[in-house]
Amino acid sequence: MARHLLLILLPVVAAFAILPSVYTNHLMLFNFIIFMTLAQGLNVIYGFTGYLPFGYVGFFGAGSYGFSLMVIHLQAPPFVALLIGAAAAVALALLLTPLLRLSGVYFSIANLAAALAVLQVVSNPNLEEITKGPYGISLRGVFNPTLSYGTAVAVLAATLALVIYLRNSHFGMALKAIREDPISAGMAGINVVRERVVAWLLSALIAGLAGGVFAWYVSVFYPETVFSVEFSVFAIVFVLFGGNATVIGPILGVVILYGIYNAVGISTPQYFQLIYGVLIMGLVLFLPNGLVSLLQRWGIDVP
Amino acid sequence: MFPDAAPLLAVDGLVKRFGGFRALDVLSLRLDAGEILGLVGPNGSGKTTCINVISGLYRPDGGDIHFDGRSIGGWPSHRLVHAGINRTFQVPRPFLTLTVRENVQVALAYGRRGDGVADVDALLLSLDLDAFADRPAKELNSAQQKMLDLARALATRPRLLLIDELAAGLNAAELERVAVKLKDLARSGIALLVVEHLMGFIDQITDRIIVMNAGKEIFEGRLAEAAANPQVVEVFFGAEHAA
Ligand SMILES: Nc1ncnc2c1ncn2[C@@H]1O[C@H](COP(=O)(O)OP(=O)(O)OP(=O)(O)O)[C@@H](O)[C@H]1O
Ligand SMILES: [Mg+2]
Repeated sequence: MARHLLLILLPVVAAFAILPSVYTNHLMLFNFIIFMTLAQGLNVIYGFTGYLPFGYVGFFGAGSYGFSLMVIHLQAPPFVALLIGAAAAVALALLLTPLLRLSGVYFSIANLAAALAVLQVVSNPNLEEITKGPYGISLRGVFNPTLSYGTAVAVLAATLALVIYLRNSHFGMALKAIREDPISAGMAGINVVRERVVAWLLSALIAGLAGGVFAWYVSVFYPETVFSVEFSVFAIVFVLFGGNATVIGPILGVVILYGIYNAVGISTPQYFQLIYGVLIMGLVLFLPNGLVSLLQRWGIDVP
Repeated sequence: MFPDAAPLLAVDGLVKRFGGFRALDVLSLRLDAGEILGLVGPNGSGKTTCINVISGLYRPDGGDIHFDGRSIGGWPSHRLVHAGINRTFQVPRPFLTLTVRENVQVALAYGRRGDGVADVDALLLSLDLDAFADRPAKELNSAQQKMLDLARALATRPRLLLIDELAAGLNAAELERVAVKLKDLARSGIALLVVEHLMGFIDQITDRIIVMNAGKEIFEGRLAEAAANPQVVEVFFGAEHAA
């Protein structure tokens, strides 16, 4: 575990800390951090427990709005607002725990519907007094690119530390056991319902923190921005591509695919969506455990 | 009452329904520490269902289950495991992508009662799984996967072990080893409920059997006596005798 912290977490965090001084497109770097955090957060729930939440972005949006409403209405300092945003995401996840009784695609779709429902509530013009409705959020008072960028790096570091812990602990092993066979997991003495909920809440917490720090960094956004299903889809594709239930897989997925996206996707998005569609189908059919499974096939223990 | 005289497991009037069908229809049985009780009966008679209800997969629809004096009917599996009950599955259910060692480790970490020495390697060795310790469980054949089910169960240090057709598919030498293993476990004080179709195996390890048919007990006693019981013969050989 110490080795993984040293060889994976440290270089990633160092890279994101140093890059802004040599590379001027800070927004793009920031987006890399956000997607890496979201991909790892999704890894916690999908990789380790097998639940694929299409509506994962709902927790991101809840974090963004929790943060923003604290700043707007209570003039809360950003770090306090960030914690409240994360708490909002966790509260939403608690509300949605009954969804864990569903399996497979039913869970995925119900979760997507829940995220869209939250978007509908937040962007409702009748709630303009509270949420600013469809007109969006502006947080100029707390705008601070340097500090919010640094906080995003810290959130990513904490997330990586959590996934490294899962990869190396009995708790992570128990989650994988539940994913493989919940009935057998019960016979291994695991409290299946409780451990599953813990993973679900942790995964929501990560997305909530990412959403809050995103709101802080960009400072101006619309409900559709932070509840965009594209966040879910991207995070899912990155995890699938790189390899779930590992630390390295989602990192590789983000670096390679989001890298390509930034190189070619922004200028010609129509081709990119086509390529993504084909890629998802190909992955699910031929490489369900991602790039790292190629290494695992050779007996290499991928961290 | 005399607490010493109470059996480790007491099942009274157990009922389990699937829709309108009664898979267990008022079943009762007693099992003492260190005893091996055989549970036999034709296909679909409710043997696996009986194990499933005692191990918490299904809630009983009627009747009581007492373990060590406590009423445990309807408890979730993990709680039963912590109380000292474990099982194997007729169709083995290891964690397929976890290694053989991890399969046992996770049970040690989450299901072990007390804090005795936890020696994964010795456990795997005793069940002939040591050579595969670091391979994923999906690479094991079905008989080995059943042994892994047993290893996982033993890792939790059960006082009651429910065994569902462990012997099916084993060769003669393996059967002999498993029989010795189960008798050793009973000698160490574990109570065993053994479901099995192989009568030779049942005869070798049990003193007492219960014969089930259609969710009910139709005979209790020694296997040799069962063979002479007309109702048992009817249930097992009815078709041939009629022909
Ligand atoms: N989950 C279930 N849903 C509906 N019916 C079930 C279920 N489980 C078992 N049954 C039915 O209950 C009856 C008893 O099944 P059970 O598996 O307990 O039999 P068994 O004695 O273990 O048979 P076998 O020797 O073939 O393993 C069967 O008719 C079976 O179809
Ligand atoms: Mg059966």
